[in-house]
Amino acid sequence: MLNINSITETIRMIEKEKLDIRTITMGISLLDCADSNGNKSRQKIYDKIIKYAGNLVEVGEELEREFGIPIINKRIAVTPIALVAGASNDKDYVEYAKTLDKAAKEVGVNFIGGFSALVHKGYSKGDSILIKSIPQALKETERVCASVNIGSTKAGINMDAVKEMGIVIKETAMLTKDNDSIGCAKLVVFANSVEDNPFMAGAYHGVGEPEAVINVGVSGPGVVKSALEKVRGQRIDSVAETIKRTAFKITRAGQLIGNEASKRLGIPFGILDLSLAPTPDIGDSVARILEEIGLEVCGTHGTTAALALLNDAIKKGGIMASSHVGGLSGAFIPVSEDEGMIAAVTQGALTFDKLEAMTCVCSVGLDMIAIPGETSATTISGIIADEAAIGVINNKTTAVRLIPVIGKDLGDKAIFGGLLGYAPIMNVSKFSCEDFIERGGRIPAPVHSFKN
Amino acid sequence: MRAIVSVIGKDKKGIIARVSSALYKRNINIMDISQTILEKYFTMIMITNLNEMTISFTDLAAELDKLAQEIGVSIKIQHQDFFDAMHNIDKEQ
Repeated sequence: MLNINSITETIRMIEKEKLDIRTITMGISLLDCADSNGNKSRQKIYDKIIKYAGNLVEVGEELEREFGIPIINKRIAVTPIALVAGASNDKDYVEYAKTLDKAAKEVGVNFIGGFSALVHKGYSKGDSILIKSIPQALKETERVCASVNIGSTKAGINMDAVKEMGIVIKETAMLTKDNDSIGCAKLVVFANSVEDNPFMAGAYHGVGEPEAVINVGVSGPGVVKSALEKVRGQRIDSVAETIKRTAFKITRAGQLIGNEASKRLGIPFGILDLSLAPTPDIGDSVARILEEIGLEVCGTHGTTAALALLNDAIKKGGIMASSHVGGLSGAFIPVSEDEGMIAAVTQGALTFDKLEAMTCVCSVGLDMIAIPGETSATTISGIIADEAAIGVINNKTTAVRLIPVIGKDLGDKAIFGGLLGYAPIMNVSKFSCEDFIERGGRIPAPVHSFKN
Repeated sequence: MRAIVSVIGKDKKGIIARVSSALYKRNINIMDISQTILEKYFTMIMITNLNEMTISFTDLAAELDKLAQEIGVSIKIQHQDFFDAMHNIDKEQ
């Protein structure tokens, strides 16, 4: 039976500690929208999205009202467009992106993910065209997110794709330079990408997924931070226990909303992603949790260990609370989207290299990091290769979402606005890796991938 | 269906009376009521049964919003399922 303390605890989490459902993401298969005629294919895509997601936003708002918890984003993920558009005779897929953008605006979602290609072992025709279309597509659309998977533990790392993505990121930055190269904030390069991730910019609807599905992402860094304030000075075991208990409660809330959304939309519930996703708001930061555990500033020695503990405890607490856990599930460490990370970078406590180390134990990767606009394409490729290696060798998802901010350098700040936040420009190595990247080819899959 | 009505704000006369009569007007039964002072604020929690209510949930929430503004406190109404999910491990979802 409920007691007043439990009820007030939940109310406090929502009112003061920014507990929210970060996203309800509807995955929609577009495999049956392929057509040799691009125009026909795009019409099918538009119609199908409207048919399935027409009342997504309305149902989301209804749930917010009835359960009294904010649902920050309602979003859509679709089949990687390279797979659908590959059937057409088109030589450029920018029109496909525009169709997605138009459908997203019509149904009222703020992002639509799936302008994507999976090239961890090589390119199909559709993959090549899609990747070349990314810069222009991100320039001409507002809500479309793109992603490219360039490596996997099973396949190794496609270094030709790594090389090309460095160039694509630079081109995207150039084409959107009037807005601090914001196009790059909607482009993720993955290793071991997952098919059911509800979070942007990396969401897409994998080929093993059903016709349509509801995936939910919860959040709540503020709730974890507040819970940890009560165990200050206690042994580290209490920290892990407290995070687990808190993650359990947050995840149960997400599971309930996921089930309700699924029932009301008549679409099966897929997975719950129990990530701690920060925002630039005060009191919604993953960095501040690490500091609460005992670091003077996020980025100092001990940060990787504290993050490893946090990430693991979230998973342990969340797994029992949900019938199906999936997506990325862990702690996100974006820079521009986390108030504490921004502060740590500004103070000089958190460096690019430390962030790379942290990605070995967190759930994603080098995320929303602004770097000098002058950074070369090969250096960006080198960063992607390093991050992919961490994912491929450790059998986990890693991602790179870098913004080379054209016209800005160290000491400047890039401002993206909204949930994307703002970021001080970070330093990258001045030394070249050009000869390494120019080689091309494929890094073989690691020995421990041969389990069968 | 059960819902939790929570009233938080500065203590003053007539809060319970006004909130309960607003619920009574819509044929809502109050099953349990408790109050406490939480971080210096008056906090009242009501567990209500909405099975026989004569208004939609959305309209009821809007009425309570209006009343909250008149009294100068915060009034929220939420499905009880949400609290059960977080605090009752035996509750099936």
